Amino acid sequence: MEIKQTAVAGTLESSDIQIMISKGTNDFEIELESDVKKQFGDQITKVITDTLKQLGVTSAKIKAVDKGALDCVIKARTIAAGQRALGTTDKPEWEVL
Amino acid sequence: MKNSVNRELPEELLKRLSYEAFETTEIGHPSIQRVAPTVHVSTGDDKVVDSIKEVVKNTVKDGMTISFHHHFRNGDFVFNAVMREIIDQGIKDLTLAPSSLTNVMNDMVIEAIKAGTVTNITSSGMRGSLGDFVSHGGLENPVIFRSHGNRARAIEHGDIKIDVAFLGVPNADRLGNANGMEGDAVFGSLGYALMDAQYANTVVLLTDNIKPYPNTPASIRQTQVDYVVKVDKVGDPEKIGSGATRFTKDPKELKIASTVNDVIVNSPYFKDGFSFQTGSGGAALAVTRYLRQAMIDNQIHASFALGGITKPTTDLLNEGLIDRVMDVQDFDKGAAESMHTNGKQQEIDASWYADPDNKGAMVDQLDVVILSALEIDTKFNVNVMSGSDGVIRGAIGGHQDAATAKLTIISAPLVRGRIATVVPDVTTVVTPGESVDVLVTEYGIAINPNRKDLISALSSLPGVPVYSIEELQKMAQDKVGEPKPLEFTDRTVALIEYRDGTLIDTIREVKD
Amino acid sequence: MADTEERLRRTMMFVPGNNPAMVKDAGIYGADSIMFDLEDAVSMTEKDAARILVYEALKSQNYGEAELVVRVNGQDTPYYPNDVKAMVKAGIDVIRLPKVESAEMIQMLVKDVEASEKEVGREVGSTHVMAAIESAKGVINAAEIAAASDRMIGVALSAEDYTTDMKTHRYPDGAELEFARNMVLHAARAAGIAAFDTVFTNMDDTEGFYRETRYIHQLGFDGKSLVNPRQIPMVNEVYQPTEKEIENAKNVINAIQEAKLKGSGVISMNGQMVDRPVVLRAQRVMMLAKASNLLDEEGNYLEK
Repeated sequence: MEIKQTAVAGTLESSDIQIMISKGTNDFEIELESDVKKQFGDQITKVITDTLKQLGVTSAKIKAVDKGALDCVIKARTIAAGQRALGTTDKPEWEVL
Repeated sequence: MKNSVNRELPEELLKRLSYEAFETTEIGHPSIQRVAPTVHVSTGDDKVVDSIKEVVKNTVKDGMTISFHHHFRNGDFVFNAVMREIIDQGIKDLTLAPSSLTNVMNDMVIEAIKAGTVTNITSSGMRGSLGDFVSHGGLENPVIFRSHGNRARAIEHGDIKIDVAFLGVPNADRLGNANGMEGDAVFGSLGYALMDAQYANTVVLLTDNIKPYPNTPASIRQTQVDYVVKVDKVGDPEKIGSGATRFTKDPKELKIASTVNDVIVNSPYFKDGFSFQTGSGGAALAVTRYLRQAMIDNQIHASFALGGITKPTTDLLNEGLIDRVMDVQDFDKGAAESMHTNGKQQEIDASWYADPDNKGAMVDQLDVVILSALEIDTKFNVNVMSGSDGVIRGAIGGHQDAATAKLTIISAPLVRGRIATVVPDVTTVVTPGESVDVLVTEYGIAINPNRKDLISALSSLPGVPVYSIEELQKMAQDKVGEPKPLEFTDRTVALIEYRDGTLIDTIREVKD
Repeated sequence: MADTEERLRRTMMFVPGNNPAMVKDAGIYGADSIMFDLEDAVSMTEKDAARILVYEALKSQNYGEAELVVRVNGQDTPYYPNDVKAMVKAGIDVIRLPKVESAEMIQMLVKDVEASEKEVGREVGSTHVMAAIESAKGVINAAEIAAASDRMIGVALSAEDYTTDMKTHRYPDGAELEFARNMVLHAARAAGIAAFDTVFTNMDDTEGFYRETRYIHQLGFDGKSLVNPRQIPMVNEVYQPTEKEIENAKNVINAIQEAKLKGSGVISMNGQMVDRPVVLRAQRVMMLAKASNLLDEEGNYLEK
């Protein structure tokens, strides 16, 4: 699926993660900011890329500002941002949820 | 070799610094020889000095040990003013031995280390940029962290030999009679500074408020003081108060606080004449509020409250629910003022409060204490010193000391953001699990299996689920996932002493 | 009436659907029901994000024994169809529909729920529904709304919108809600489902909260919708039976067992016949006592 526009989901509140997705050229480029990057950086990156792949995205630029979000929150915010970027918010990819 | 909490201690280090490995929380009944300071005899008429510059020139030499207290907390002006002068005079190789280091001192300490002015540090703790600096190997010699009681012990033993103590006070007369209760920058009890006043070879008071002689009540006495320096301002009154001064409204904190209260009230120690220590922070204040109601409902009053004191505690004193407040430091202005007006609020020094090598310290008489934790592990060992990233960001304070109470409750959320509080092994052991009895989280409690009496007293409390500590640890991990193990180099950047002066753990340089 | 066992619904705690911190911690306060809100607590621009967040949380977080409820957006909004479908797929216990004014609205919800159940492969009939009544019309039609479907488990009064509709506002004594409360309560009882009272929002007025809770407890409401977890222990305290009530209920339960042992259809206590309402009340008292942790394992009263 093709990214149509840059989109953001999530907030900078504690336990949330803000994810911005824009068009990428090749694969996933993830810029992650997190207080727990040392311990959970790999895991956060994995959840984001796995979720985007499920949405059918093959390349994207992602900027993520993490405030201690759990995996389920990271997944939810990635789906929300991804659907907004793909323009599919009103017709969600149910199988990805 | 490994000590009794299973921490690997480098043999070379133990030998070089002549440390014993930690074995037990039991102190036993040894006979101890204390030290005494050198006295420069004076009639007292020549103590007032005009400038910090002059007093530093007269007192501080290369290689000495200097000390400060941290009663001004983040409102401290004295530390930076004195250190500025010491650095500028090119003095080298000092050991810095304050009662603790607060954030407002960080930049100056880092500068002093870089200049070679400070080459050794012992403190209760450090946070922020300084903790980061030390954790990244900024100081060659390892920092020695000691609890408040252990600092008193180390001073009395001569492990810390203070050459010059620079002590800021909100008032003093020209001979050095001073207290912490009157003036602009009042902080109440001088508890930690009293050790320095009694044991340092040279005692320098700094004050912005010279009172007519003789100034009473005198906590620090003219018999102890060598110099009195008049400065513009010793501190910022607005920043002296620490932590929350209002009751928390956070429902999670309230839930934990109310469970802590349930544990106390249903323990065998909640009876007339019991004693307790609650500490500072919003959750601690909430515990005090719940406890107040429980004391009224059950017609129980306490013989004493101990430690760092807050206004809600002094309110209980005024209500007659507590007989005495034994006060080593005051966390807010209300508590500081109360010491001035209420004769039942006794100023105590760090030795009286918590020194293990004593003829009886207050903590030895303590029934119930509520303490916090950055991490607690399945052996009930507690870390209050290093963050989940391995970086120094805490203070022992009175944690190890007060944990010797008959009922030691650790109050902490199961997870903070994505960081588990209950872990398989703490990053740094500060307080051994042997002295911890109950962990209270928002999900339920865990009781140290050694405390069969508490297990039977607390196992069927309404609305308080009891888990094993392993179950809580698993619950936390299920929520946050398994973190990648931290990476450290082989270099030791800090030593954690147990309160008896043995080595309980070390902190290594973080790799990143 | 939904075919479920009688359960306690003293507290239905609102949780803003787009707030991760509150969504993840919703289970720790001991609410009987947790209501994730996709409607008023979520801004128009975040409806999709909240829906996905609640979905992922329901799929991954453990909320223990609590009944899980979602307030979806109204049927007149574009968010409603996806809300319903996502929540049915997530396995929610109850869908709460706001601004219900007629039985048809509930029947439409039930139709949509059933379609979603079939689509996502969930057992048909396993999703329950409830109605929030927020207008004069809804109050007048409360009886038909409450009886509109087998899936209905409760009706809730929502006083903010209702008082606006009535050209008044909320007063401390609650006189303006008297009719609506009684209508909603009677509709629920007639249909054999639960009745929930409205929220009380002033967290600083503890006394007012207790007064209102005691009042609706006296009327017979199952419980209250709550805006803050701190209100949960207060409601539970009001609903906690007294020692005397418990003793009495225990005697009734014992009499039932005795009758069973004797193989007698007639339950008698102290020589008098015990009729069905007394039995039901006794069972409810014992359930409340148990939930209030007032009983030991053998069902004996625990001294507090």
